[in-house]
Amino acid sequence: MIEVLSTGAPNVVQDLGRTGYLSIGVCRSGAMDPLALSLANALVGNEEGAAGIEVSLFPFKLRFQVDTTFACTGTDSVVRLDDVTLAPWWRRPARAGQTIVIERPKRGARAYLAIGGGIDALQVMGSRSTDLKSGFGGWEGRGLRRGDILPLGSQSSPILNRSGLGVIPQELPEFWRELASGVITLRVLPAAEFELFTQASRAAFTECPYLVTPEANRVGYRLAGESLQLAEPLELLSHGIVPGTVQVPPSGQPIIQLAEANTCGGYPKIATVIEADLWRVAQAPVGCSLRFKLVDQVDALAAWRTQVEALSKLRANLALMIGRG
Amino acid sequence: MSTTQTVRSLAPTFVEVPPRIHAAGIGALLLDAATAGFDADTQKRILALAGALGRSRIVAGVRETIPGVNNLMLLFDPLVLHPDQARKHLLALWGALDAEDIVGREIEIPVVYGGGPENDLLALAEGVGLGVEEFVRLHSEATYSVACIGSMAGFSYLTGLPAELSTPRRSVPRMKVAAGSVIIGGVQAGVMPCTAPSGWHILGMADVRMFDPTREPACLLSLGDHVRFRVQGIEA
Repeated sequence: MIEVLSTGAPNVVQDLGRTGYLSIGVCRSGAMDPLALSLANALVGNEEGAAGIEVSLFPFKLRFQVDTTFACTGTDSVVRLDDVTLAPWWRRPARAGQTIVIERPKRGARAYLAIGGGIDALQVMGSRSTDLKSGFGGWEGRGLRRGDILPLGSQSSPILNRSGLGVIPQELPEFWRELASGVITLRVLPAAEFELFTQASRAAFTECPYLVTPEANRVGYRLAGESLQLAEPLELLSHGIVPGTVQVPPSGQPIIQLAEANTCGGYPKIATVIEADLWRVAQAPVGCSLRFKLVDQVDALAAWRTQVEALSKLRANLALMIGRG
Repeated sequence: MSTTQTVRSLAPTFVEVPPRIHAAGIGALLLDAATAGFDADTQKRILALAGALGRSRIVAGVRETIPGVNNLMLLFDPLVLHPDQARKHLLALWGALDAEDIVGREIEIPVVYGGGPENDLLALAEGVGLGVEEFVRLHSEATYSVACIGSMAGFSYLTGLPAELSTPRRSVPRMKVAAGSVIIGGVQAGVMPCTAPSGWHILGMADVRMFDPTREPACLLSLGDHVRFRVQGIEA
């Protein structure tokens, strides 16, 4: 078990999300940065889909009530185990009674904490992810509170080697350099109504930066920048939308729909952030500027394949190193 | 002419003019069969397509569908099913569909009109030039169909609102509309599955759980079901 000592309401239990219920309005939910959660799980020897804690309000502090291992990924944060400062993206053993603090990140927006065995929250509709909007799943369907005591699952096979172990995805150093510059690039595919926006708006969308406003959460990010206008007014019937969809409401200021996006919507869509770049959106903090770069299906598919294969290799290598191979 | 015949007679048109298919990233395609406004026959075809896709899960890579209003989104694993193949698959299924009437269930929802913490019943009736009782009579005598489920978990978009009652959505949405609120927005009707923001108008309260994640099935209504509201009381 672990005890939450200090937290904020947006910090939630998440796994890789809930599938199979989009047709009844249940969003996928799940980690905003699935890459980071998967690697945190791999570091502590968990299954890929084990539940961890997504932290977006810092500092986050908890106490271990059992001996275990943990890993913190996602952000460039200082992590302290009692008085010892640790590097992020590392796995460490912890003893019962020890506390860890995840400090406000220097770069990135969402930290993922995986603990040996995973957070053993009740599975609801096939997932341990918190659906904050509908109030179910995760830990009592809500964000974590001080004093919450969370059970841990048992690990199917014991970790043979409990020493420290770290890993960093290949794209991360370059991404952190981008974050430090204040502008990150997101690759997008044109969406259904792309051609129906004015020439000027289509140009502005890829040439001008868009700021992540404080209205940014797991449902989506409202952006601020050059106003985007349709050539002619358009009335759309409600239709399915996916995380990554860039909608443009009548205000002209785009919204990126994310993990807890409504399953259906009616606003015109100018673009979709490609699957391989969704984790980058998750790590863009309020005040960060986004620059959209149009790519085609071939590029988007290749980028996704590369990412999936790289993650799979990393996981396989880690499994060997910690004796679960 | 029965509704089924109408769908059949429309079928050749769909073959000649294929629906628009738009990519939403690399793992989703939106088949949009809308012409102008909502069309009930097109919606039957959309539900038939959703059924056919459900049966064809053996097609490797197909994950989920989201039937929308006169459209359908197909989600798939693009590393297993190439987006171009998925597009062909979707078009082929649409072209080969036997128009079928989904025989939905009849579900009755008792409503206390004018009940609940907040409601717009009086203002709505005045707005369309009807008395409250007449407004309630029209709303409760209509038969509604579940055209689409989405937006929030378990929210069913109901079509069939009598045209006389149609009222544009509120210009400023309420930040909280209670679970169980019986609402209308534009030409559509619904019941709130959870307490959430909404720009629709509140007529009353229904003591039913539209959505319960621990129940099987979680959602009270299914696509194609027919809904009637029964007057349990009028408190306005």
